[in-house]
Amino acid sequence: MGLRSAVIVFPGSNCDRDVAVALEQSTGQAPAMVWHKESDFPEVDLMVLPGGFSYGDYLRCGAMAVHSPVTREVKRRAEAGVPTLGICNGFQVLTEMGLLPGALLRNADLDFVCRDVHLRVENTQTLFTHRYASDQPIRIPVAHHDGNYYADETTLDALADNGQIAFRYVDEEGEVTSGANPNGSLKNIAGVFNASKTVLGLMPHPERLSDPQLGGNDGRPLFDGLVEALQ
Amino acid sequence: MKAKVHVTLKPGVLDPQGKAVEGALAALGFAGVESVRQGKFLEIELAGDDRDAAERQVAEMCEKLLANTVIEKYDVEIGD
Repeated sequence: MGLRSAVIVFPGSNCDRDVAVALEQSTGQAPAMVWHKESDFPEVDLMVLPGGFSYGDYLRCGAMAVHSPVTREVKRRAEAGVPTLGICNGFQVLTEMGLLPGALLRNADLDFVCRDVHLRVENTQTLFTHRYASDQPIRIPVAHHDGNYYADETTLDALADNGQIAFRYVDEEGEVTSGANPNGSLKNIAGVFNASKTVLGLMPHPERLSDPQLGGNDGRPLFDGLVEALQ
Repeated sequence: MKAKVHVTLKPGVLDPQGKAVEGALAALGFAGVESVRQGKFLEIELAGDDRDAAERQVAEMCEKLLANTVIEKYDVEIGD
């Protein structure tokens, strides 16, 4: 039996099918697609909150999704240790749920940014990132208007000390520069873990470059790595 | 009763939209604009007439939904 996964689908999610394709490619079986009104769903090894614009980004990105029936169950399971991945809007939802520290603000230059970026994997000793090398920048697309990571100084220091920074925006040579930062994120942070490294949120979209036919494959080790770690 | 709620970014949290408005006001020739912070304003109609209870209830609404207290602060004013 392969890795069992679930993709949580909110009204306004639009990367749910993309991530389902990437998951099926790596796990060998289609994920359960779980609609936001479900208050329960089958037992799974991995939960994924996809990108998109849940509830039209009303009030704040991710704010309304927190109060969906399904989200209570996602939170319960994530707190019990079920690995959880949030991509783009999914990352915003995880911060609003309080499962990940910090918040995502409007991009510093106010533009919607949609292009490939380079990332450095800051912690390769996790379920999600063990297939990556820390000295090898990866290329993954971003597509967001509100990806400007913010946390207060104390939280930023704690994230660094605990290995909770997952990815940082870098240039092609792997250097953290302001020019490589697409949205103004503090410390160029593109993704963070919770304290136990079982929850990951990131703004870039690994599912969009998980097949060479799509122009790149740097997203795939994340999904393959999860399969290897969780089976 | 009516509750008026202002939700704004905390001091020190970058407000790029406020900054853009500030720049636009300067470009229009409005002198002396030292800074602009953008936020949200909500009006909530409430049943009953217990103002203290209303204030507590709206504060709870802010904590649970209306504001993200990682980045935002809120002010509640209860009126008629």
